[in-house]
Amino acid sequence: MVVYVVMGAFFITPLIAMFEFSTRGNGENAPRTLEAWASIFKTPDMVDAITASLQLAAITSIAMLILLLPTMVWVRLRLPRLNRIVEFICLLPLTVPAIALVVGLRPIYVWININVTDSILALAFAYVVLVLPYAYRSLDAGLAAIDIKTLSEAARSLGAGWLTVMWRVIVPNMSSAILNACLLSVALVLGEYTVANLLNFENLQVAIAYVGLVSAGTSVAVALASLVFAFVLLMVISFIGRRRTPSLAAAGTDPQYLTAGQRT
Amino acid sequence: MTAAGTPAFSAAARPVQGGRRLPLSWLGIVPFAAYIALFLLLPSAIIFAGSFVNADGGIDLSNFTSINEPFIITSFANSLLISAISAIVGAFSGALLAYAIVTGNPNGLVRRGVTSAAGVLAQFGGVTLAFAFIATLGTIGFVTVFLKNIGIDIFANGVWLYEQSGLTLIYLYFQIPLMVLVFLPALDGVRPQWREATESLGGNMWHYWRYVAGPLLAPSFLGCTLLLFANSFSAYATAAALITQGGVIVPLEIQHVLVSEVGRSQPGLAKALALAMIVIVAIVMTLYSLLQRRTSRWLR
Repeated sequence: MVVYVVMGAFFITPLIAMFEFSTRGNGENAPRTLEAWASIFKTPDMVDAITASLQLAAITSIAMLILLLPTMVWVRLRLPRLNRIVEFICLLPLTVPAIALVVGLRPIYVWININVTDSILALAFAYVVLVLPYAYRSLDAGLAAIDIKTLSEAARSLGAGWLTVMWRVIVPNMSSAILNACLLSVALVLGEYTVANLLNFENLQVAIAYVGLVSAGTSVAVALASLVFAFVLLMVISFIGRRRTPSLAAAGTDPQYLTAGQRT
Repeated sequence: MTAAGTPAFSAAARPVQGGRRLPLSWLGIVPFAAYIALFLLLPSAIIFAGSFVNADGGIDLSNFTSINEPFIITSFANSLLISAISAIVGAFSGALLAYAIVTGNPNGLVRRGVTSAAGVLAQFGGVTLAFAFIATLGTIGFVTVFLKNIGIDIFANGVWLYEQSGLTLIYLYFQIPLMVLVFLPALDGVRPQWREATESLGGNMWHYWRYVAGPLLAPSFLGCTLLLFANSFSAYATAAALITQGGVIVPLEIQHVLVSEVGRSQPGLAKALALAMIVIVAIVMTLYSLLQRRTSRWLR
């Protein structure tokens, strides 16, 4: 019991403190105010950064699905020998700290900025790599739960092309795994700071850190808001997992894959 | 395979021998392979190759010898120390919390609540975490002000939040929940029958922990501690948001070298530091997976 109380205090205090801090008024005995919260939307940089981060989250999720899901299905059906290799590659980003990876990405991004685009949305290229391990685990669990071989053969023998098989047979059968993978990607992209900061892009987290130098109250308010949003996403993940298939809950919250190397 | 007869299938079925063309089914993984090559393998190759290129463009080991400079050695020492302390403290506190959960009702609300919360809090990192602690323990933070009002000045000997000790404390915020998540399965695998068997053989509490539960849980505990170590060793964002000056830990040193790359022209050094980090994390993670494999032997 004592353990719960001590730990509970340690973990809840910062959350309360953030709320308290972000509602402080100016001056010693000023009344509570929501000024810091209101100023989120008055800071153009912040609004831009929030928009960019949300767009990045969407692009990363979609690109991840388009790249990973057909490959995983194809490998399972046609190239089972490669299964271990694909798994190894997908889990590789866990052992490469983001701060190290970004050193190697910098020259590539210099080239992209000059020759392709200098938009912040180019960050999605790097983010797909970062979300790979988490997306892989959750799609892997989804694919393991259905018999893709029988399903695809049945669909093929009825005359379906590969696109139809993917879109109308496999995707609907593992919708919760796909949702899971997307939510994990969204949570990761919204919290990403390392790559954006060192490649000189201003996403949500970079903006929080930047605004924090000027007005700590606003930063704490945005930090708390983004935190609550991420908490809700992750709670939704564990909820989906628990309700539908137990194996997905395990994949979604499998600590080894969910968290290791997650410090971005 | 009912798709037999399509060219792709018959090609795949044919053993690949000298002179034959590559089976068509390989084409299916080309987009994925190309993407990985471009955004994962190429950066890794750039780091590896670049760390051997010196400032004049020649190839030697000068980047690794400049790791020997005192300020870089210090940041490595700081990084290792912060990671080790936060891993060990996190491991013990997390194990304690996990043990409290295991001794409770396995289907109870407490267990479900704590594990869900741990799953969410273990994710909590980055800039947000730094601001959470600035709001809590910063010079005008919630707790600091509260304690000052009742006469306790936690910063009497200087503000320690923005240094190594503060960073260690902050890292515990995600280390403890992570430990709960990874250590819980091992604790769950310990059967009550083993304790009963020890007791019926005349053993007491000490004997049980020393000869039964301890040796069984040790590999898992050690492995989880290593995972925690790798976790805090790779952490960058929290430190970057908290400490605005100087390369206190290796990730900040990398940022420092990388960002001032134009002026000081040390592109090789950043890559050498990155390579050193990757090597350390890879070693730790390999040990971790070896220990996990050992644990899974008795964990069903």
